[in-house]
Amino acid sequence: MSKKVFFILIAVTLVFGLVVSSPALAKLKVGMVFDIGGKGDQSFNDSAYRGLQWASEKFGVSHVEIEPGADADRETGLRMIASQGFDLVIGVGFLFTDAIKAVASEFPNTKFAIIDGFIPDKPNVSSLLFMEHQGSFLVGVIAGLKTKADGKNRVGFVGGMDIPLIHKFEAGYKAGVAYAYPGCKIFSDYAGTTPSAFVDPVKGKELALAQIDKGAHVIYHASGLTGAGVFEAGKERKTYVIGVDSNQNQLGHIEGTGENYGLTSMLKQVDVALFLTIKDVVNGKFQAGVRVFGLGDTIKIDNTVYHGVYYAMDDYNKNLVSQEMLRKVTDAEKKILSGEIKVPEK
Amino acid sequence: MTGSIVAILASTIRLAVPYSLAGLGGTYSERSGVVNIGLEGMMLTGAFTAVAVTNITGSPWLGLLSAIVSGILLGLVHSVVCVTFRSDQIVSGLAINIFAMGITVFFAWLLFNKTQIRAEGALHVPILHDLPGFAVLFSELPPLVFLTALVVIASHFILFKTVFGLRLRSVGEHPEAADTLGISVYKMRYAGVMISGALAAMGGAFLSLEHARYFVKGMSGGRGFIGLASMIFGKWTPLGSAGAGLLFGFGEAIKPYLPKVVPSQFIDMIPYILTMLVLASAVGRAKPPAADGIPYIKE
Repeated sequence: MSKKVFFILIAVTLVFGLVVSSPALAKLKVGMVFDIGGKGDQSFNDSAYRGLQWASEKFGVSHVEIEPGADADRETGLRMIASQGFDLVIGVGFLFTDAIKAVASEFPNTKFAIIDGFIPDKPNVSSLLFMEHQGSFLVGVIAGLKTKADGKNRVGFVGGMDIPLIHKFEAGYKAGVAYAYPGCKIFSDYAGTTPSAFVDPVKGKELALAQIDKGAHVIYHASGLTGAGVFEAGKERKTYVIGVDSNQNQLGHIEGTGENYGLTSMLKQVDVALFLTIKDVVNGKFQAGVRVFGLGDTIKIDNTVYHGVYYAMDDYNKNLVSQEMLRKVTDAEKKILSGEIKVPEK
Repeated sequence: MTGSIVAILASTIRLAVPYSLAGLGGTYSERSGVVNIGLEGMMLTGAFTAVAVTNITGSPWLGLLSAIVSGILLGLVHSVVCVTFRSDQIVSGLAINIFAMGITVFFAWLLFNKTQIRAEGALHVPILHDLPGFAVLFSELPPLVFLTALVVIASHFILFKTVFGLRLRSVGEHPEAADTLGISVYKMRYAGVMISGALAAMGGAFLSLEHARYFVKGMSGGRGFIGLASMIFGKWTPLGSAGAGLLFGFGEAIKPYLPKVVPSQFIDMIPYILTMLVLASAVGRAKPPAADGIPYIKE
């Protein structure tokens, strides 16, 4: 008996324990289920959450978030929100592809959105994809220029899970480095082959330390929370690190000395994409199908212009990236947009 | 090149610490007759507790101590379920793993409002840390590495040279005989499982407090299970578990230096393949304690 109660308690904690809800006054109800890294990752999931908060301030939508504990909870979480009559249900990350396909068929009147997942053929699913290779190309250009300027000739890439999505980041970065600094050697390592490769800072730090030992001057990570370890290695060994998804420049900041090793970050504007999606639902103009956000997709919100993918400049890295370098990055940006540079995806 | 060899060795040792500690923990538990697959969850709980207490109290040593206590408490839960109530040991271990995944995230949100928590402070060894050379050494191999080595050697003596060790092993081999001789089977098993929790949690504290300098959700990443593999590969001995941990750590550490001809998935498989070979008696013979995993009913 006691064992049964124990298990029921665990099940209840897992499914309902992490639901954070706000007062349900508003017109529209939006539910979000997070990816493996979860809310608070200062990266991919936080970007998605920003989009949700943004929309809730702007349009007064109410929202609920769920943080799945284990793999099977993803589908459970989606179904739970959908069954409670929410207008829009968002799955954050490619891991939701199968779960959304299944749940979207069960709830044809609920609208769904998935980040990084490709579901083109459901009338109630919007797939939000990004051209990560383009943004990665630009940070690759910065990495190459910085390495050249400092008289070094090696850079590194640390990926999370070894999958085509992350290969896109790697391919764009490699092309960017080669464009800015032909002949520069590029090391590339992946933390693993399961989703836990995105939450393993110990592995991230070891891989970064090995690359630094081999002479890497700049390391770009596309590995979620694993990247925290990459930044730690960078700070310990005075090596530049490039962040991913959100602006992570401040993670390279060393308190006390004031040094900064966060060279820049590849911005993937998940927040903007979600903001637009929620706005469409508010206005009754939900678009099913695939939407791709690239360098050329500029969105103006409150007098700020956002690109689908871009690189981050702020107070933390303004002394690390010179005007001269920025000019060359802008050149590369124009060449990508004009089609003169074709950025590879794999 | 010599620089790289040093780097690979240091990386091997750092990666081996959690495997060896979990393997050692598994050894204590299974030698007493209780299978403990909850090592993974105990490690994760230790990782969280270490950073949480360090950040709240400002004392990393208190963080380490609390982590160990958290492991002991989870070991106590496992003992109550498996020894006193004689429930399925695998199910209880699995429950502990799932529970740890949820409870750490729950408290991370409650106390810090995020799931990625930086450790604000590092273990500082009085006197030693100020001696010339030691600061450099500790930056490559943090203090817990040396504590781990001590624990491994001490465990060898405790298990094989002391009365406590003999009793612990006897309740795992033949509990009825031990009971006849007046040894409390339950007490010894409680001790074995709680020590295993303490060691796994210490491995977790190493991950978060010393290595990554962060706690992140689910950061143990299967290391408790590789620890179990180390235990089997090390044939249920402290030195063997630590040696196996070093071997698995080496496989991981050398990976970034190898040419990319062998798929990385294959190298990741090595610990498990080796473990299966050992279990199938292809490489040496693995003999678990005779009463391992069998609940004891006092007559």
